[in-house]
Amino acid sequence: MTKDTNKSGKKETTHSHTGPDGHAHDHSQGHGHEHGHGHGHPNQPDEEDSITTYHQVLEIAVRELLVEKSVIDEAELRSIHERMDRRGPHSGALIVARAWTDSDYLQRVRENATEAAKELGLEPMWLNLIVLENTPEVHNLVVCTLCSCYPWALLGLPPDWYKSRAYRSDAVHKPREVLKRFGTEIPDDIEVRVHDSTADMRYLVMPERPKNTEGWDEEALAQLVTRDSMIGVTKALEPGQSVSRPDQ
Amino acid sequence: MSENSPSDTPKFSPGQTVKVMQGYPIGHYRTPAYFRESIGVIERCCGAFTNPEELAYGRSGLPKINLYRVRARLRDIWPHYNQQSKDSIEVEIYEHWLEAIATDDEHAIGRQGPES
Repeated sequence: MTKDTNKSGKKETTHSHTGPDGHAHDHSQGHGHEHGHGHGHPNQPDEEDSITTYHQVLEIAVRELLVEKSVIDEAELRSIHERMDRRGPHSGALIVARAWTDSDYLQRVRENATEAAKELGLEPMWLNLIVLENTPEVHNLVVCTLCSCYPWALLGLPPDWYKSRAYRSDAVHKPREVLKRFGTEIPDDIEVRVHDSTADMRYLVMPERPKNTEGWDEEALAQLVTRDSMIGVTKALEPGQSVSRPDQ
Repeated sequence: MSENSPSDTPKFSPGQTVKVMQGYPIGHYRTPAYFRESIGVIERCCGAFTNPEELAYGRSGLPKINLYRVRARLRDIWPHYNQQSKDSIEVEIYEHWLEAIATDDEHAIGRQGPES
């Protein structure tokens, strides 16, 4: 078993290295030796031990130069990182929950979703936003077949599966099968509408408001609006469901 | 979206039937291969944007080009798709990849894009 783990670990590293990094990497495979000497399974490599790609080196060089030349300082960099990391699905959920409760706001979302997002103090920045409303007749699903376009400013970083070739090709080819993989069954008489984010627009799905939420305030409603429901691979949570334990 | 106002009046209007051009030129294109030659309807004009086919090579991408969302039926794109299905797809396509076709075009009969 241990041996197998080692083997597959080796196999993976062999596959992942490309180009000129290959040589350095062969050395790191020497860790496999430790294996035979009773050290248990190989340690997860520290970040510094993994391959530094061309673009990572470029980023480090440019960043250090900018700091050295006082174009930007470390504190600014840190705060930019913190601000970027604060982006997440809670921002998109705010738009959905407001649109569920305020029909005037919903109208403004339909007319210009980018401006409607700014109204809530969100920073869609360069984003040209379109909000896709799910209805009893239409279920919307978002994909970017050409790369991995995603409304980062409103949903945070995309999940890995969103960038996978499997999702990107299957979502436009057999969307109902993709939805089933996420546990979502859409009846045949409801139109599944796929949106391929190929160019300059970014998309946020507005799921249908769950039943039995009459009188709920925006904050409580926003808790039901998950990342996946805004990509369109699921519906919004029902009252009593939670992201971590859908059966609770 | 004022900064993205079309530099030229959009050639196509919502509801109009269009055909996506065929062709596999060398270069960088944002028109997915599976959607080329498809017939659909204009869902909306999104405004004018710098041309990604030029931007990809470090050029300015100007003049801006009108961008549309084109809606088609999945059954018209994939021959094996359930032929009764209403399922659809919307793709962003730049104006120079589109041509108008008459709705009574022989090609369009039976393959008509979905009504909005």
